[in-house]
Amino acid sequence: MSETTISKEEVAHVASLAKLAFNDAELEQFTTQLSDILNIFNTLSEVDTDNVEPTYSVTENINHLRDDIADNWHQKEALLSNASSSAADLIKVPAILDGEGK
Amino acid sequence: MTINFFDNDLNSLHDKLVNKEITVTELTQATLDNIEKTDDQLNAFITTNAQEAMKKASEIDEKGEFTHVLSGLPVALKDNLSTKGIPTTGASHILEGFKPVYDATVVDKLQNAGAISVGKANMDEFAMGGSTETSYYKQTTNAWDHTKVPGGSSGGSAAAVAGGLVPFALGSDTGGSIRQPAAFNGIVGLKPTYGRVSRWGLFAMASSLDQIGPFTRTVKDNALVLNTIAGFDAKDSTSSNRDVPDFTSKLSGDVKGLKIAVPKEYFGEGIDPKVAATVKAAIAQLEALGAIVDEVTLPHTKYGVAAYYIIMSSEASSNLQRYDGVRYGFRADNVKTLEDLYVKTRSEGFGDEVKRRIMLGTFSLSAGAYDAFFKKAAKIRTLLIEDFNKVFEDYDVIVGPTAPTVAYGLGEEIDDPTAMYLADVLTIPVNLAGLPGLSVNAGFVDGLPVGLQIIGKPFDEQTVYQTGFAYEQASRLFEKKPDIAKAY
Repeated sequence: MSETTISKEEVAHVASLAKLAFNDAELEQFTTQLSDILNIFNTLSEVDTDNVEPTYSVTENINHLRDDIADNWHQKEALLSNASSSAADLIKVPAILDGEGK
Repeated sequence: MTINFFDNDLNSLHDKLVNKEITVTELTQATLDNIEKTDDQLNAFITTNAQEAMKKASEIDEKGEFTHVLSGLPVALKDNLSTKGIPTTGASHILEGFKPVYDATVVDKLQNAGAISVGKANMDEFAMGGSTETSYYKQTTNAWDHTKVPGGSSGGSAAAVAGGLVPFALGSDTGGSIRQPAAFNGIVGLKPTYGRVSRWGLFAMASSLDQIGPFTRTVKDNALVLNTIAGFDAKDSTSSNRDVPDFTSKLSGDVKGLKIAVPKEYFGEGIDPKVAATVKAAIAQLEALGAIVDEVTLPHTKYGVAAYYIIMSSEASSNLQRYDGVRYGFRADNVKTLEDLYVKTRSEGFGDEVKRRIMLGTFSLSAGAYDAFFKKAAKIRTLLIEDFNKVFEDYDVIVGPTAPTVAYGLGEEIDDPTAMYLADVLTIPVNLAGLPGLSVNAGFVDGLPVGLQIIGKPFDEQTVYQTGFAYEQASRLFEKKPDIAKAY
């Protein structure tokens, strides 16, 4: 089975997916560290799992259902005060598209 | 009035309150004094709530009702447990100043019992780490040697109990974050069965692995705290609606005929020989008490670390998407667009270990790696569970070391992520299988505590506690005190 590796360019791509930015030195460091860790991950390929079902959770529960009744926690002010910028009972953020709202 | 928690278990503190030898106000003040005396050495707390705690103390004094064993007793909470109106940071810069708008279910349950939270304990950032060194705020030290790490990620909770600042604390355990710091600090820590305790209000790291559990000085105390926090919660769809037994009911000291399995893989490569010898001596003591001990095999143990770090980081990368600077916590300055705000806030707000795991998880879930990593890890998880099931057909508990070494020096391991990850080999399989796991002190190597790990069948915390209690009562190791105990 082929080994999975990661290049500096792939690290940069994954960072963009994860909404993280790294400078060049950080990219180098993360590439080295992630490669070392992927070497550990690659050991899993030694194990034959052809007829094994994956386990994604060990909960015994299927679903807990509740009645669909709206509940008002009356916490608008506390919630808004946690945001670093708000106005008119709304959370403020910069323009969503580059160049707008300037 | 002073209080020394080394000489008082939860029942004796409760008796003192009931018999009016001490008031809740005096006990709370004495606890805050303990923190004042020694927390400059331990740095166990990120936040203390003196005012709030004293207010609650006087309310309980006024009522004068001590119907619950925890009524009026002080507790420390790991800083990833939501406390309404009290800063809760997960030890991350990105949540600096965040005040939750609700209490975690475990916090609610402790409050209903009358327990008083005196503060929020330090931890690795978002519970990612094994030494509490990835905290953005401070470096907690080991209660037995302040040049050593307290373990992690619940290092603050463990040090606060082991250092005698509080009689009990709560932590969370995703891959060993309760058991390993309990081992490093010579106290008792339990990761309950997955689903035993509600996760509502716990900052999600890896939702299929996370569990909240107690830190205490004795096994009986631990069972008393689990009695209080366990049970079904409609707000956590993975919490179990099984009946909650009295977890103290099998604490007789008797283990005659108890069938104990010792996996040979838990004493393999990478385990410090002195740690192995200490744990083997503890197992021999259980055998001398009448338990039946056999060596068994858990053949997939060595693949646990890889499977765990793939699954944990994948779940964490998804769970941590919520930290984007919009609704709460830190927001980066000088951003022009929303995309900028996300990227700059996350890049400045998260530490390196958190970024590493987000990167690993994002990669493991990406189209090219999903089958080879995420799905493969989930299949290995099945094999690890089957290993345990097979052993539990014939045995009541599985025992071995909690960690491969004793506590190491501050700064010694933090720059080597792969070494840190591999050190979780003995605790990780328990989380992947959702089993209960306890760590109790098994003795000392070079003056530092060694943990004996006791693993049970799903929802059989009672037998786990029974085993730990019998060993603890025979060894009397809980009577040993670190030097810091002289401060009170």
